[in-house]
Amino acid sequence: MKKAGYVPRFSRTERLLHWVNALGFFFLLVTGLILYLPRLSVLVSRRQTVQYIHFWGGVAWLSVLAAVIVLGGRRMLATARELDTFDRDDLRWLRGGKAPQGRFNAGQKINAVLTAAFAVLFGASGLLLWFGEQDTRYRFASTVLLHDGLMYVSLALLVGHLYLALIHPATRHALRGMTLGDVRVEWATKHHAKWEPEGIHIDRGTPSPATLDPKPH
Amino acid sequence: MDSPPVTEHDPQPDEEPRRYGRRLFLVTVAGGISSLYWGKAAWDHVTGVISPVANAIAPILPTGGWRIYTISGQMPVFDRATWRLKIGGLVEQPVSLTYDELRALPRVEQVSNFHCVTGWSVNNVRWGGVRIHDVLAAAKPHVSAQALEFVSMEVPYTDYLTLKQASLRDAMLAYEMDGKPLLREHGAPVRLIIPEMYGYKNVKWLAEINLVPQEQLGYWEQLGYDQNAWVGRSNGYGT
Repeated sequence: MKKAGYVPRFSRTERLLHWVNALGFFFLLVTGLILYLPRLSVLVSRRQTVQYIHFWGGVAWLSVLAAVIVLGGRRMLATARELDTFDRDDLRWLRGGKAPQGRFNAGQKINAVLTAAFAVLFGASGLLLWFGEQDTRYRFASTVLLHDGLMYVSLALLVGHLYLALIHPATRHALRGMTLGDVRVEWATKHHAKWEPEGIHIDRGTPSPATLDPKPH
Repeated sequence: MDSPPVTEHDPQPDEEPRRYGRRLFLVTVAGGISSLYWGKAAWDHVTGVISPVANAIAPILPTGGWRIYTISGQMPVFDRATWRLKIGGLVEQPVSLTYDELRALPRVEQVSNFHCVTGWSVNNVRWGGVRIHDVLAAAKPHVSAQALEFVSMEVPYTDYLTLKQASLRDAMLAYEMDGKPLLREHGAPVRLIIPEMYGYKNVKWLAEINLVPQEQLGYWEQLGYDQNAWVGRSNGYGT
């Protein structure tokens, strides 16, 4: 049910994908840091158990992500197309220019694409680390470097993401979209001016108070 | 990310959008996978160039470059009152050294690099300890002894070196690291150090050294790792 003055931004499937990814990442970050940081290794001590939990947690994380994407069907495909597509306004926005953005701004698109690529690389390097302990054919001198490097870059992206989602006044309203699914029309009009929600017309002539009207067919 | 206030619109809205997302995805994945082959060489080059900076910040990094590997449920705890280093096997006089007796032996110091078979390294580690032959001398090894069995307090971790390998000029038993007594996670109170071989031969939490007729398979060798773990020349590297 649509709430007056609000427009749905993220579907249930998109939100599920986001939160599965977030929870999985934090779980793997914590268990990974226990394996990575000597002080934590001493505190927890049970390396093999933690290693086992970290590995199978990673397998579960990627499996659930893949399942959500597959079960999301055409709608997830449409979301992927949105993230894939960059127009002139996106490029201008990335260069610091003032340009209207769609449902995802260009920065969000890059963040989502990198997050997806990193998930693949985390999985590949994690598998190589796991099987490399048992067979030299899967052992590369740079596997640890790749896995650790991904962790550092992901952490940097995460810090920026959390700042924008939780602290920055202009953007933190987006968190509502990722939790409840909808955002204020006024906010959407200002930050995502080119976004045209399916079946909904945003009256951009009267930014406040915003109104929702059925889109004429 | 925030969107700047809108002041102008794309003058060519009908222009075909670019599929940059998939390109970025594929380039990132391809770069990451290919880095398995060039990543370490590139990283070594970069750290070589920035070594003064890297050395300066290394002490404040949370890891110091080390990863701590254990094989059992509990990391061994060093109790100075009860710990002994036993020298036995093919010897004329079995010996049991206290921590203080070990530290009373001729002290040596060396700076060497430590390499793990999984790919990470820690350079310029300053070790303090004793040469292996000085520890064995009091036990008077039998001539039939050709190898050493190193037994860890972390059961069932053992590993072996030939006497020739153990007499390499920088092989030692270390009770200090970087000027301080060895920390628990690094194998306190004493560990084997043989820089020419990967870390799994550098047995931590030493409890016994037994002289034996020949090498046998240590803990990791039984799981498929090479007996002679020469850095860059074993375990699939450089072979």
